[in-house]
Order: sequence, then C-alpha cells, then structure tokens
Amino acid sequence: MFETFLAIVKRDLILAMRRRSDVLTILFFFVIVVSLFPLGIGPEMNTLRLIAPGVVWVAALLASMLALERLFAIDYADGALEQMLLTPQPLSLLVLGKVTAHWLVTGVPLVLMAPVLGIQYDLSLDGLRVLVITLLLGTPALSLIGAIGAALTLGLRGGGVLVSLLVLPLTIPVLIFGAGAVEATVSGLGGEGHISMLAAILVMALFFAPLAAAAALRVSVE
Amino acid sequence: MSSRIVNWFKFSSPATFYPLAGRLIPWFTAAAVITLGVGLYMSFFVAPTDYKQGEGYRIIFVHVGTAWMSMFIYVVMAAWAGLGLVFNTRVSAMMASALAPTGAMFTFVALWTGALWGKPMWGTWWVWDARLTSELILLFLYLGFIALQSAIDDPRRADRAGAILAIVGVVNIPIIYYSVQWWNTLHQGASVTVSGQSSMETVMLWTMLIMTFGFWFYAIAVVLARVRCIILERERDTTWVRELEGEVQ
Repeated sequence: MFETFLAIVKRDLILAMRRRSDVLTILFFFVIVVSLFPLGIGPEMNTLRLIAPGVVWVAALLASMLALERLFAIDYADGALEQMLLTPQPLSLLVLGKVTAHWLVTGVPLVLMAPVLGIQYDLSLDGLRVLVITLLLGTPALSLIGAIGAALTLGLRGGGVLVSLLVLPLTIPVLIFGAGAVEATVSGLGGEGHISMLAAILVMALFFAPLAAAAALRVSVE
Repeated sequence: MSSRIVNWFKFSSPATFYPLAGRLIPWFTAAAVITLGVGLYMSFFVAPTDYKQGEGYRIIFVHVGTAWMSMFIYVVMAAWAGLGLVFNTRVSAMMASALAPTGAMFTFVALWTGALWGKPMWGTWWVWDARLTSELILLFLYLGFIALQSAIDDPRRADRAGAILAIVGVVNIPIIYYSVQWWNTLHQGASVTVSGQSSMETVMLWTMLIMTFGFWFYAIAVVLARVRCIILERERDTTWVRELEGEVQ
C-alpha cells in the first residue's frame, strides 16, 4: 500500500519537474503579493513589522489556492484520474499521495521563500523561525483542505474562482493560528499554543481530508 | 401491525412529497403570520423600554431570532444533505438546496440588524467581535454552497457535491468558531461584548421566543414552497407532473 503511495508521489513529482514554470509562477505570485503591501501601505518599518505575519500568511493562503486548480485537473483531462478511480487501492490513499506531491512542489518553495520575505518586513530572528515552522505545518493543511474543494469543482466552468470561494472560509483557522503564532512570538507571548493547535489541525486534516476529497472525486468523475 | 408504522420513506419520493408540501404550506404560513404579528406587536408596544439602551434595543427581537435561525438552518441543511447522500433520496437533497437561500437570507439579516443595533449602542457599525466574525464566515459558507450548486449543471452531481461541502462545513464550524473566539481574545481585550442581558425581563424573553418561532414557521413555509418549485423543475419530464399539468389546465 505504501508502495502505491510512493509511486503516485514520484509520478506527480516527475510530471511537475517537466513543467517547472507552473511551480515558479506560484512562487512569484507569492513574492509579488507580499512585496505589494509595503507599496500600498508605505515604508514605515514599525507598521510593516506589525502586519508582516498576517501579510505573509494571507499571501501563502492565496498562492496555495491558486495552485489548487491543477491538483486534479490535468489527470482529469487526460483520463488518468478515471484509471486511478478504477484501481483496487483505496482512493483516499491515492489522493493523499497526490496532495503530498502537490505540497512538495507548491508548498515547500513558499516555506523556503518566506524567511527572505520576512526580512523585507524586518521580522526578528525568532519571528522568522516561527514563521517557517508555522508555514511548514500550515501549508500541508491548506493543500489537504484545498484538495476537497479542488475535487468538488473538477471540470466546472470558472472552477478557479469557485474553489477559492469554497475553500477560503474553511482555511480561516489555519490562518488564525499560523499568523497568530508569529505575532505571539514577536510580541513575547510565546507561540507554542498556536503551533500545537496548528499541528492538531494538520493531523485532523491528514485523516479526514483525503476521505472527503476521495468522496468528492467519485461524485465529480462518473 | 406493520400498517400502523408510518412509512417515512413514502415521502422520499417527489411525487408523494409534492402534495404533502402543498397541504402543509398554508398551515405554516398562517402560523408564521400569526406569530410574527403577535411578536411584532409585543416587541413594539408590550415590551418595556430598556433602561440602558432605550428604544433602540427593540431591533434585538429581530436580530436574535434571525441569528439563531441562520445557525440552525445550516445544521438542518447539512442533515438533509447527509440523509440524501446516505439513502440516495432525491427529496432530501432538494430540501438541502431549498434551505440554503433562506439560511443565507437569515444570516444577512442578522448581520444587517446587528450593524443597525451596533451603531447607536457601540458607536460603530462593525467590530471584529468573535460572534460577528463567525456569523460573517457562516454567510461565506452559505454562499459557497449556493455557488457550487449553481455552477454544476447536472442536478444529481450538484446534490452530492453540495452535500459533501455542507458536511465538511458542519465539521468545520466548531473549529472556526473557537479559533475566531481565541483570535479575538488574543488580539484585544473584549472592549464590547454582545452578551449583555443575562437577566432579561420575562416579557422581552417571550417576545424574542415568539419572534423566533415566527421566523421558524416562515422558514418552513418558504422552504416547502421552494422545494415544490425545485421538484417541478427537475421532474418536469415525468408522467405525474404531466398529469398535474393536465389537471391545472
């Protein structure tokens, strides 16, 4: 069973590496959105330091929404998804494999890029460290929750906007605890509680989201 | 013996549910008109003026009931959707999609009346209070449900996709509610709280309850009327709808 999981991850990683520009687009979207805020708000460092956790987190949220559209769409278009539905392996495992590969390709670059953007906003070293930890815990949760929305909107017109409308309200707890941890650390309160909650959300999403996404895929592909 | 047991599945067929809904609508409409009439009279003329908030507090009779209904309807909607998913009954899914607009309307009214109440009482239309924020998120959840269903052309797929979304939403609501509450207490000391009157006067409480029942009857009547429209629209090619049309003409 684990082999199937690994096979799916490997296949999706190879496919993503053959189309590198898609990955880079999302990363650049993230960078540009974060860099736009100082231009809109003004270069006041005190203000920027205050809004940094929220801005980086909201940008990461939007970037991962943007990436969701391609999670199942390509496999759906060329018929590979139907073959996956017909395999004897549990569909939720295959979904988990796809989401894992998707996170490795779209989530991890955001996590690696975040400290650089945090420096733009003059975040302290502790703040940067917590920012990376929260993103590391939060972005897989975003990918998992988003997979439900991506599966539900498969093949619909205007799917990209629709998926944001469906998924964004559900990701609010991730945003609250992710940005909250950084803010609590910067203000000296300590973000351990937030990080624990974020980890709890990730564990719950790991268990439930593949099941829900698999059910949604069965509805969408008939 | 078995004939005494009511076969609830009998009404899971659109052909039998349609006339049942038609018979129920006048009763619930009448109940809604009476309770809302009595409730409005009581809220304007019977309930005493609040010593602290003056006359403006009367909007709470509409506000609280609609806020309750907005949350309650989402749970009912998810329950119908889940029922439709489990038993594959068509009417359950239709009930879920008929409930969504009414629920969204109640959420909107609750937010709007809350803003109208907040301006004179707090001096601001909107505060990022935990309850206000989660009510706003509830509105987003309703809109997402409606948007998803209207984006899918195939009604069977729309039903089941909507059902999954509604169930995921219901699982998420407590998480969202508590995270918002925690977020709120961490960001600012509670400068204003919505929960004011714990020792509410009996007349006010009764007025509020009667209004809530009025909204409840209204919701049932409207949802049944809407579900009848949905049934007719989806079953327009069946013989029983044709026969119904023949009777009307």
